[in-house]
Amino acid sequence: MKWRAAAGFALGAVVLFGVAPAVLSDFRLSLLAKYLCFALVAVGIGLAWGRGGLLTLGQGVFFGLGGYAMAMHLKLADAGEGNLPDFMELYGQLDALPWWWRPFANPVFALAATVLLPMLVALALGTLIFRRRVRGAYFAILSQALAAAMVILLIGQQGTTGGTNGLTDIEGFFGYDLDDPVNQRMVYFIIAACLLGLLALVRQLMHSRYGELLVAVRDSEERVRFLGYNPATVKLVAYVAAAGMAGLAGALFVPAVGIISPALIGIVPSIEFVIGVAIGGRATLLGPVLGAVAVAYAKTTLSERFPGAWIYLQGALFVIVIAVLPGGLASLARLLRRQPHGRLEHP
Amino acid sequence: MDGLSIRDLRVVFDGFVAVGGVDLDVSPGDVRFLIGPNGAGKTTLVDAVTGLVKASGSVRFGERELLGTEVHRIARLGVGRTFQTAAVFENLTVLQNLDIAAGTGRGAWTMIRRRRGIPENVQEALETIGLTGQLDQAAGTLAHGQKQWLEIGMLLVQDAKLLLLDEPVAGMSHDERDATGELIGKVSRDRTVVVIEHDMDFLRRFAQTVTVLHAGRVLSEGTVAQVQADPKVQEVYMGTKEA
Repeated sequence: MKWRAAAGFALGAVVLFGVAPAVLSDFRLSLLAKYLCFALVAVGIGLAWGRGGLLTLGQGVFFGLGGYAMAMHLKLADAGEGNLPDFMELYGQLDALPWWWRPFANPVFALAATVLLPMLVALALGTLIFRRRVRGAYFAILSQALAAAMVILLIGQQGTTGGTNGLTDIEGFFGYDLDDPVNQRMVYFIIAACLLGLLALVRQLMHSRYGELLVAVRDSEERVRFLGYNPATVKLVAYVAAAGMAGLAGALFVPAVGIISPALIGIVPSIEFVIGVAIGGRATLLGPVLGAVAVAYAKTTLSERFPGAWIYLQGALFVIVIAVLPGGLASLARLLRRQPHGRLEHP
Repeated sequence: MDGLSIRDLRVVFDGFVAVGGVDLDVSPGDVRFLIGPNGAGKTTLVDAVTGLVKASGSVRFGERELLGTEVHRIARLGVGRTFQTAAVFENLTVLQNLDIAAGTGRGAWTMIRRRRGIPENVQEALETIGLTGQLDQAAGTLAHGQKQWLEIGMLLVQDAKLLLLDEPVAGMSHDERDATGELIGKVSRDRTVVVIEHDMDFLRRFAQTVTVLHAGRVLSEGTVAQVQADPKVQEVYMGTKEA
């Protein structure tokens, strides 16, 4: 089991760091960088939803928090010391930087905030939600509502958040010019390394005692309570971890794509994050990653050729997978191998 | 060892009185059977003791008042229960089930690492419940009787000092009943056990004391012989069929 995991990681590293940069054009590689950001979100959803049963339909909130934290810093760095970011000059009612923008001028604060801010928000939300025993569809609907609320908030504060446009035209990344293909490659490599690191982390969590307990909470929350655990705490850990991963993904998305905007973090993108995970296989480690990349790739390719049809195809795919293969495509392999029913490696 | 002491316990659902003022004392080390016709309030009483339903009155285990305490905190005080339909984690193995039950005191550092080997108390419980051979089997694939034993094993590693067993032998074969009875005898040596049961033959063989509930109240209490001789009990419950 151990050598297989090591071999899997080695193979993943060869593909991400060797094969992909060698065969893909700069343009395609930067698209892959974007897909890998979605994969980072998917790893977290796999943990929270696949193992923890939390249908996180609002990961856009945390993706957005991470993305905006990064973009705010990069906009300030682009503008230079003492200057306002370009859009603030444009909309023009401000003569000084708002107080909550100021700390993001500090690179260390901004980087830490991309992950810690989403985690803190998830901690506060999760504590309220899980204590009150909100679960199932109610939890999913609440998550959606949060994503919608965040979008409304951002759009309403155009002067300080860029409104519908979001934060755009990001040029530099900690001193590196993002127009330079070499630096774009570097961003891709950072994202790929983060993905591998996160996979190792989540694999450890899934195989740990906590991972077993999380599955137990998913399958029978009340029973766990009678054993003396507080299920709210168990779920909170997975929820906060998934939020941190979504935040990291949002932060890396900004230099990879050059923009963060409300349209990238609202209800529809939040659902799209989950669709990839469902199609790939939510309870497995790699299923969410492959599903997220495949769905993002299909979206780009098919919407180039059949604009407008993609949304229907995506919906149809989702319905078919859930109806025919509730475990996602990852369960297809196991079905074909016809593993005997007694022993379970991936609960 | 601690005993259970219940005073004037009342549980009311939307005006329906499920438990209407029960006083009950179970001394430390006792094996008390709770019997009574359907709707007598047996399971509701256990639900109240374990914090699942709201109740008024007083429930003391040792020195601690249980009413008003959260479910998981009651469990941590050493009160464990099983359910009418076996509630094990079907997707996890026997070992994983027991390991989770044994783990409430673990710190974060232990939790985020893998289990290495089999903890000592889990091994002991495996032997007590006779599932050593099924260690790596998914709990969902166990036979009905084995699932009930696994649940009892989970109470053992959980270090419960008061075991509340809700119909542990329902649906079991004759041999499984015997094995369960012996298991209850074994675990009661240093624990207090309360068993809800309908099976009169099982009760005669394994009960130390019996409480008969009827319509949310205690109808009779004593040894098996005393209870069976009680005319009130014969009238409402055992008379026609069993005595």
